[in-house]
Amino acid sequence: MAKKSSKDRLTNEINAGSMADIAFLLLIFFLVTTTIVQDKGITVKLPPWSEEEVDATKLKTRNVFSVLVNAQNQLLVRDEPANIEQLKDRAKEFIMNPRGQEDLAEKPTKAIISLKNDRGTNYETYLEVYNELKAAYNELWDEEAQRKYGTEYSDKMPREQKKAIKGKIPFVLSEAEPTAFGEEK
Amino acid sequence: MSKFSKKRGKSTPAISTASLPDIIFMLLFFFMVVTVLRDSSLMVKVNTPQASELTKLEEKSLVNYLYIGRPTDQYKEQYGTSPRLQLGDKFATVDDIPLFLEKHKIKVAENKRARITSSLKVDGDVTMGIVQDIKTQLRKSNQLKVNYSAKPKSE
Repeated sequence: MAKKSSKDRLTNEINAGSMADIAFLLLIFFLVTTTIVQDKGITVKLPPWSEEEVDATKLKTRNVFSVLVNAQNQLLVRDEPANIEQLKDRAKEFIMNPRGQEDLAEKPTKAIISLKNDRGTNYETYLEVYNELKAAYNELWDEEAQRKYGTEYSDKMPREQKKAIKGKIPFVLSEAEPTAFGEEK
Repeated sequence: MSKFSKKRGKSTPAISTASLPDIIFMLLFFFMVVTVLRDSSLMVKVNTPQASELTKLEEKSLVNYLYIGRPTDQYKEQYGTSPRLQLGDKFATVDDIPLFLEKHKIKVAENKRARITSSLKVDGDVTMGIVQDIKTQLRKSNQLKVNYSAKPKSE
């Protein structure tokens, strides 16, 4: 009796052996077509378009950190040639002005970074400079978050805390219209 | 000799392969989830630069891609070597951008439209001139959220 029922069950079982083959086929298809893309990048908020030129002369020079990248990919920071390695630290010092120097920003909320490039500037250099400036702000936010809340600055922070930090050290980067030097024909 | 026959007499059952499909299916689902089928083949060479301050692009459906680079060898003769813009699967000019953005926008639910991001995949070896023109056009089209695509820095 028992023997018979077990035999019955055996004959009714679907052979699952080929299932693996089918799954393998699909698996290989997806393996081949997969590109695990790292869609990452530097997110930027562009200013809205307006026909009028912004008048920069009203700003005090001590509050403006001007960075110029020319068509030879050379850097001019506050009218002096500079190195890209020092850019981040100089920007940080400028924004926070820890020693209260006369020629650096009055306070972080008044600090403005002005970035200007030529049309012939290499994109890689431009992005490197932008990256350094962003890094300066990210580090400052991080330090502020550590000091105030004892955590590192991240997107997971409560919105009010992020707002407080960004209110204290706002990211102000203005990009001037580039000059037409070194335009590629 | 007697040992062997003994073993055969016991007849150890074959290892069940019934769970093999499950394992394979698990792998399959993993790859299905992470797969992004590339919708447009690149006609320009795009080798994005490296950067450290990266943010991840969250929702794929809210992102439109603009490729800027020099035409690949295949298209060099026809289009020259100066940097070009590619929208979707064809070469385009700056004037085509508003229509391209609009076409993408109508596919997105209305409450999500403010979060649309333009991903600029720009070759590192391109001059800023064309990038600037495209940025200006994006600003004019009121598409202000932009992401400069970059690779994580390898130390």
